Amino acid sequence: MKKLLLHLGSSLVDSIKDLTPIIVIIAFFQLAVLRQPIPDLADMLVGTMLVVLGLTLFVYGLKTGLFPIGETMAHGFARKGSITWLLLFAFALGFGTTVAEPALIAVADEAAKIAAAGNMIENTQVAITDYADGLRLTVALSVGLAIMIGVMRIIKGWPIHFLIMGGYAGVVIMTGFAPPEIIGIAYDSGGVTTSTITVPLVTALGVGLSTSVHGRNPLTDGFGLVAFASLTPMIFVMGYGMLL
Amino acid sequence: MIAGLLGFFDALIATIHDVLPIAAIIFGFQLFVLRRRIPNLPQLLIGFVFVIIGLALFLQGLEQALFPIGKLMAEQLTAPAFLGIDTAAGHYTPDWHYYIWVYLFAAAIGFSTTIAEPSLIAVAIMANQVSGGTVGIRGLRVAVAIGVSVGIALGTYRIVSGTPLHYYIIAGYVVVILQTMITPKSIVALAYDSGGVTTSTVTVPLVTALGLGLASHVPGRNPLLDGFGLIAFASLFPIMSVMAYAQLSEWYARRIKREQSDSWEE
Repeated sequence: MKKLLLHLGSSLVDSIKDLTPIIVIIAFFQLAVLRQPIPDLADMLVGTMLVVLGLTLFVYGLKTGLFPIGETMAHGFARKGSITWLLLFAFALGFGTTVAEPALIAVADEAAKIAAAGNMIENTQVAITDYADGLRLTVALSVGLAIMIGVMRIIKGWPIHFLIMGGYAGVVIMTGFAPPEIIGIAYDSGGVTTSTITVPLVTALGVGLSTSVHGRNPLTDGFGLVAFASLTPMIFVMGYGMLL
Repeated sequence: MIAGLLGFFDALIATIHDVLPIAAIIFGFQLFVLRRRIPNLPQLLIGFVFVIIGLALFLQGLEQALFPIGKLMAEQLTAPAFLGIDTAAGHYTPDWHYYIWVYLFAAAIGFSTTIAEPSLIAVAIMANQVSGGTVGIRGLRVAVAIGVSVGIALGTYRIVSGTPLHYYIIAGYVVVILQTMITPKSIVALAYDSGGVTTSTVTVPLVTALGLGLASHVPGRNPLLDGFGLIAFASLFPIMSVMAYAQLSEWYARRIKREQSDSWEE
């Protein structure tokens, strides 16, 4: 118990350090550039305290919960020795965490509005909702595939840069054919799909797998899952824009 | 107070909603496929609960304190009146140097939100453990934050100047590929990953507000079409800055080694 409190105390200090830059910058721009008082100062202070406390608890839970879970699962699959189940798990993790991701829902709705404004689809509520749902499924599918291929890469020991260059080539080729309206949102969709809970889990899974598979190095082989998961949505969203 | 409490419960429910599919997949596979007892199960569950509560508090705090003022700021800084642009004059053309404060704000907000980004903290902790301490937690995060800061500043310039997004991104890809060839192999995967993790909870809402505010104020820009792309910049540039950081530290280590061996020879 005492150890826990000491640990939390030191990460509380870290969290305060992490948040200082934002507070300084917002205060500077508000007071010195825009020359306005800070509205609801009390509310802001309470909110900032919540952010600090939340970050502290999150980082603690990360080390005691999410990382061990990811690594335990990786070791479990390595012991079981079934690649099929591992790939299925990888796909499920990618698909399941992305399809419900709030940032993706927001982006999909925005994309549907653009499509309607650009006369790519009918400007009716039904058509817009259909388009947004289809886009969400497409992105979730692409993230599932990405994690699956990424896991395959760790097992086989393929160098990461070939996959990434292949992805870049895919993005460049699709950019040439996709309707111009969709390009901005497609490029952004790569960044928003990987959420705060998915990233630690997927990273721990990759590192865990690369320590269990003989001949893999956790640093060179364990990372790279997130990178691939933020590349495939760009290709798939542009493809979706071309088909509809 | 009551509003804050209600807000926290909303955030908590939203977070649980996000975590539910993940938990279902993990426990489903653990129970039906792996069928092994999880070591330290109570500790893992407590950790999971900490993550959920922590994230909910974090989001609620951001909603309450930082997002409203940050978004308002993005809106005000991009307004023509603040930038000293006389929109009434008919001959006005959007000139990039009017927007110097916007670029500065973009760079500063990109840097500071990235430092606070929880998923980047996670990846940095993991990289530090795995590399046996060679990759510093703070060093990696600062390198990523510098990349985001440069990326977003350049992204705002792109919105102001109205140049096509894909030229920048494709040029960025070429740089990344060239850098990949000369960067120490051990860091390449981590560098690629740092592109994807930078843009989440803290950065996306503020940066999106900045992009949309800018695109709706700059004459000739359509917020629907030109407001996007900042996230793409923010996930591309950290790849370059992390590889540059690795190259620099390798070069520095080599120089120290050479100096040492030189002094031995003397």
